[in-house]
Amino acid sequence: MSLGEYEKHWKSVVSQSVCDYFFEAQEKAADVENVPPVISTPHHYLISIYRDKLFFVSVIQTEVPPLFVIEFLHRVADTFQDYFGECSEAAIKDNVVIVYELLEEMLDNGFPLATESNILKELIKPPTILRSVVNSITGSSNVGDTLPTGQLSNIPWRRAGVKYTNNEAYFDVVEEIDAIIDKSGSTVFAEIQGVIDACIKLSGMPDLSLSFMNPRLLDDVSFHPCIRFKRWESERVLSFIPPDGNFRLISYRVSSQNLVAIPVYVKHSISFKENSSCGRFDITIGPKQNMGKTIEAITVTVHMPKVVLNMNLTPTQGSYTFDPVTKVLTWDVGKITPQKLPSLKGLVNLQSGAPKPEENPSLNIQFKIQQLAISGLKVNRLDMYGEKYKPFKGVKYVTKAGKFQVRT
Amino acid sequence: MSSNSFAYNEQSGGGEATELGQEATSTISPSGAFGLFSSDMKKNEDLKQMLESNKDSAKLDAMKRIVGMIAKGKNASELFPAVVKNVASKNIEIKKLVYVYLVRYAEEQQDLALLSISTFQRALKVNGRDPNQLIRASALRVLSSIRVPIIVPIMMLAIKEASADLSPYVRKNAAHAIQKLYSLDPEQKEMLIEIIEKLLKDKSTLVAGSVVMAFEEVCPDRIDLIHKNYRKLCNLLVDVEEWGQVVIIHMLTRYARTQFVSPWKEGDGLEDNEKDFYDSDEEQKEKADKRKRPYTMDPDHRLLIRNTKPLLQSRNAAVVMAVAQLYWHIAPKSEAGIISKSLVRLLRSNREVQYIVLQNIATMSIQRKGMFEPYLKSFYVRSTDPTMIKILKLEILTNLANEANISTLLREFQTYVKSQDKQFAAATIQTIGRCATSITEVSDTCLNGLVCLLSNRDEIVVAESVVVIKKLLQMQPIQHGEIIKHMAKLLDSITVPVARASILWLIGENCERVPKIAPDVLRKTAKSFTSEDDLVKLQILNLGAKLYLTNSKQTKLLTQYILNLGKYDQNYDIRDRTRFIRQLIVPNEKSGALSKYAKKIFLAQKPAPLLESPFKDRDHFQLGTLSHTLNTKATGYLELSNWPEVAPDPSVRNVEVIELAKEWTPAGKAKKENPDEKFYSESEEEEDSSESSSDSESASGSESGEDEEEDHSGDSGEDSGESGSESEAGKGRAAKHAKARGKGDSKDVDKEKENSKSSESSSGESSSIEESSSDSESESESESESESRTITKAKEKKTKQDRNPLTKDVSLLDLDDFNPVSSPVVLPTPALSPSLIADLEGLNLSATSSVISVSTPVFVPGKTHVLLHRMSGKGLAAHYFFPRQPCIFGDKMVSVQITLNNTTDQKIENIHVGGKKLPMGMQMHVFNPIESLEPAGSITVSVGIDFCDSTQTASFQLCTKDDCFSVNIQPPVGELLLPVAMSEKDFKKEQGMLSGMNETSTTIIAAPQNFASSVILQKVVNVANVGVVPSGQDNVHRFAAKTVHSGSLMLVTVELKEGSTAQLIINTEKTVIGSVLLRELKPVLSQG
Repeated sequence: MSLGEYEKHWKSVVSQSVCDYFFEAQEKAADVENVPPVISTPHHYLISIYRDKLFFVSVIQTEVPPLFVIEFLHRVADTFQDYFGECSEAAIKDNVVIVYELLEEMLDNGFPLATESNILKELIKPPTILRSVVNSITGSSNVGDTLPTGQLSNIPWRRAGVKYTNNEAYFDVVEEIDAIIDKSGSTVFAEIQGVIDACIKLSGMPDLSLSFMNPRLLDDVSFHPCIRFKRWESERVLSFIPPDGNFRLISYRVSSQNLVAIPVYVKHSISFKENSSCGRFDITIGPKQNMGKTIEAITVTVHMPKVVLNMNLTPTQGSYTFDPVTKVLTWDVGKITPQKLPSLKGLVNLQSGAPKPEENPSLNIQFKIQQLAISGLKVNRLDMYGEKYKPFKGVKYVTKAGKFQVRT
Repeated sequence: MSSNSFAYNEQSGGGEATELGQEATSTISPSGAFGLFSSDMKKNEDLKQMLESNKDSAKLDAMKRIVGMIAKGKNASELFPAVVKNVASKNIEIKKLVYVYLVRYAEEQQDLALLSISTFQRALKVNGRDPNQLIRASALRVLSSIRVPIIVPIMMLAIKEASADLSPYVRKNAAHAIQKLYSLDPEQKEMLIEIIEKLLKDKSTLVAGSVVMAFEEVCPDRIDLIHKNYRKLCNLLVDVEEWGQVVIIHMLTRYARTQFVSPWKEGDGLEDNEKDFYDSDEEQKEKADKRKRPYTMDPDHRLLIRNTKPLLQSRNAAVVMAVAQLYWHIAPKSEAGIISKSLVRLLRSNREVQYIVLQNIATMSIQRKGMFEPYLKSFYVRSTDPTMIKILKLEILTNLANEANISTLLREFQTYVKSQDKQFAAATIQTIGRCATSITEVSDTCLNGLVCLLSNRDEIVVAESVVVIKKLLQMQPIQHGEIIKHMAKLLDSITVPVARASILWLIGENCERVPKIAPDVLRKTAKSFTSEDDLVKLQILNLGAKLYLTNSKQTKLLTQYILNLGKYDQNYDIRDRTRFIRQLIVPNEKSGALSKYAKKIFLAQKPAPLLESPFKDRDHFQLGTLSHTLNTKATGYLELSNWPEVAPDPSVRNVEVIELAKEWTPAGKAKKENPDEKFYSESEEEEDSSESSSDSESASGSESGEDEEEDHSGDSGEDSGESGSESEAGKGRAAKHAKARGKGDSKDVDKEKENSKSSESSSGESSSIEESSSDSESESESESESESRTITKAKEKKTKQDRNPLTKDVSLLDLDDFNPVSSPVVLPTPALSPSLIADLEGLNLSATSSVISVSTPVFVPGKTHVLLHRMSGKGLAAHYFFPRQPCIFGDKMVSVQITLNNTTDQKIENIHVGGKKLPMGMQMHVFNPIESLEPAGSITVSVGIDFCDSTQTASFQLCTKDDCFSVNIQPPVGELLLPVAMSEKDFKKEQGMLSGMNETSTTIIAAPQNFASSVILQKVVNVANVGVVPSGQDNVHRFAAKTVHSGSLMLVTVELKEGSTAQLIINTEKTVIGSVLLRELKPVLSQG
């Protein structure tokens, strides 16, 4: 496997030249996004993922489910993210030894070994500034000298002997609205995808049950392995012994029968005049079904057609940028105040002589609504068994735009 | 060597390596060492010195730099001798980095690598092997990664030893090592298969995934090794780690395709038709048999399908895909639908996952449109999707298009056509063409739409439209003169060669329909011939030839002119074509008979091109595989075989335990065979129809037919009650249990008992103390629950019922016969909440089965019986009662609590059980001797007695230091039962199976107030330890239980009739107990 230009071998050593096939494919694809994830070379197969501006490529010799490899590579990237705070070239460069140690623990002869962050952190301590100072003075190391227990227990995702002075359990219910809105403002497609991310700092072996007011809303759910499936099937209660720290408890999709509330609307008029080198651009955003909450952190991103040279716009609120190279217009709107709807108007300069763009660009909208789960999902209660102390519990709701696209 | 290395680094940009080395150093120890090693020249020399220093920190720094070099792909092999010395370092990090180095370079430096082998061997040797299982495991891991052929025998030995290691983690690593050894030396195959066979029998979830991986790699054709482990693997599956799940599911898919007959109905019908042709009587009879008994799924087939279903909920895309392909390949077509929802969910994931999943959906959607139709909109394309995703989505949309949704889709396609991504726009046009051919209703609309696109400003769009229109027109030989005219006009403006060629071809084909235009086109193109693309030139030649044949008057000269131009063209093909055409069409004396047929040759009816999906034939590859993605057979791809015509003998999967179980309850099991099958299919229907609560029950319960499961249900409780190292112990014990029973050898059982006894005494605490602690726990539990009273009461009751008996099981932790030394990592025993235990049961492998799930007994005041009167016991009094809990000593035993009282004023010492006089087959687990009992003191001990489902007396001697007293316990029939939780539906089903001989009934006459439901309930449970079955009717009360020994169902029904009579019905295979119980219940119920 090689990371950009870093490599790690498990089975017999494969020459680095195999990557040339990959670089070739990368050149052929105009956009990094279009590099095929699976490439066949005369003797090997290359499976790659692209994440955080990095390619992770693995070299495969025999038949294997491609998703197996892809999922694993993403898990590797997740682990780097977890360890170094970011999964970037710089982070990997700076921590090349830890990266190597991690990879050594994560895979053995092409079969994943330890992929749970809780276990890995016991094997190899994540770097901190303090620890690297201490290490250099005392000569101690990142490698844990006690060996992890979780890997051998029935609860492989949790390490033993967790202790906190403040016992806390936080849950973030984050829902994203995926939508395609057509020209006339009607919804072509909309659905709600949600996740519950947990941050659990509880001592000992807590056993938690999380119940919902309206569990029937959850149409299709995928679980962290800690969740007891049977219990969910029979009682619609999430019952689990959590891993320590941050993790994604469930992801779900809200049943498609339910109508999805679309919190914003966009009025747009974008036109390019025939045989003239300019066009008009005018969009206004307003709240629609926002359940009485404020819509914040609105950003509009538009990939303008290639013939656009520049844009001269005036926002009534927030600020905008236009990158003449990538042709991306970004308007950072901020909050919507219903009294005065934010709008962005102005002129578009086109390359003279070029034919006017065939299609108006679609608008990608981002927003955030605090304290609201748009599906109406509500956590009923959280109970803890197995431990005596009283934990501090908290649930936060956020609704965001997912892939929210307005066609114009 | 050092100079060599220096030279090497000079050549291959040593500067870069140094830089990296410095980076590594500087980040890891910013305070030191940065300046020290800045000299490029001496770098490796420095490293060597550092490795030889006696300071760990220096060694560590050196190793880190070396690893940095390896990562960069730089050669660090000349450091091998210096590095290898540190393999025995005490510092774990140095050790690990040395391992990394070793594994990378051992193959190149074989002789030197051998130096290090002894270190690993030492860790693995039987005597004085490392007590830490993780060290053992990692030693094996590295040893097996050193690819040096000379150590093959050592590796083999190490693997053999490790495969018998007590730690499942080490065994897991042994499984990995098998594959490594196999790739190093395939000669070892036979021996490795033996080890695989052994490891396949392993019951640990840790091992399962790895050993199946080894199986797939080493001997995928030895399907016979799987038979005996099939059911175990199915049951373990949910608890195996996610990567193992993927491997096992893929393997089981292959297995199922060889062992079961096709559940697909179409196949059945075909077979029947074939049979019709046979005439012989025997065949006819067989056919009749077949007709009579429609397809019933093998219970094992059903087991696999059912046990993989929950994994669709996995967060791991690979697992979901694996289950999806399993359903696709082996589930009945009606059930495969459930996978679509999960696959669509994966589309939210990152682009690589989307890519693979969409490919698989594309293949599926060709064959079974209906599966994905409800999710049509999930495949709508966004402008931000990468092109490859867009195109795959488009492919699926095309596959899903039908009369009903085509208009919506076409509207959607309209947006796509305008996309700035021209490649995608072109693909959309292709798609429209395909829709036009597949759905005849819209073909005109599509064609018109495409014609509109001809006036598009973008050339690629126009060109693509032309190509598609050409294909469409070819398929519809109707008069489309207008369109052709329109396209002829386009020829002036369009420059894309493919499009120009298509237009020319179209005109040529239809030259008789557009007689005025065609020669004009030829004229124009003749003018531009020399500047045209080769592709176009060929078509000009063709057009010329066709016109020459149909309209030679107008075009003869033109064609000859073109042929002349072609004759001297630079392109070989064009010259060739020119010559060929000339010979064919221009009549001269040399031209043979062929020119007569020129018209037929050129103007033949061309077969219309088929517009097909590129995913059309991909389904012959197993879905989800690399081969499917690439659409070529990848190395190591294992073919999915076709369903066998006749299923191979299903009994090969039977594990011995089952056969023995049959012996024990011959009558019952023999009868159950058939109903089982029926039961399965019914439960299946339930699953399909609704997700009601009965669903979950049938899911958990429908394995009741599998005796093995039933027998283990007690064990499962134990397993689930534990965690950490103790769970291992428990498993070991459970395994032992199974083994003991498998042999049916009472000696083993005895031995086991001894074991448990010894461990009990070694733990020092008597079980009663343990029990009391767990009791208090359950109390605190119920307190906390009373705080949280939001759940409905009924539910609460139900969960409590689940929990309580298992609470008791916690005390089992002390009884393990597992040697604690063998698991040196001491795990803290987490305080398990009762609910956890209950739930772990759900997670557990064997509890996934059996309708007969034991529920909590309804509380009744315990009836105490006198065992030994104080007068006859010389001051020692003993009472016993039945706590109505599952017995902790064995799942066939009835638990009995004996309370001993000292009524004398002296200590009574050494109270123990002396000789036992038990009837045949009966067994008893005695309490540990009590050292002394203080005056007026009292102690309660538990014993377990296996009454063999009879009311025979168990006689034994209760001894003190001085005396022995004969006592006996005769169980009331009601105590030989354990309550069972089941739904009314299940109850009726079971009752239906236990009719006729197995039913006894009587009529009761009593005062009406005695028939209040609470009274009846109270009375029945007082007599017998039965569970209440929720009833939909007011006048019918149902109770269910199973006998402790054989687990036979005991169903009690009290049906209130008119007036003051009631019908009491008991259904059970154990007719003797049934009638005794009936006799006992009757007076109680009729009493006032």
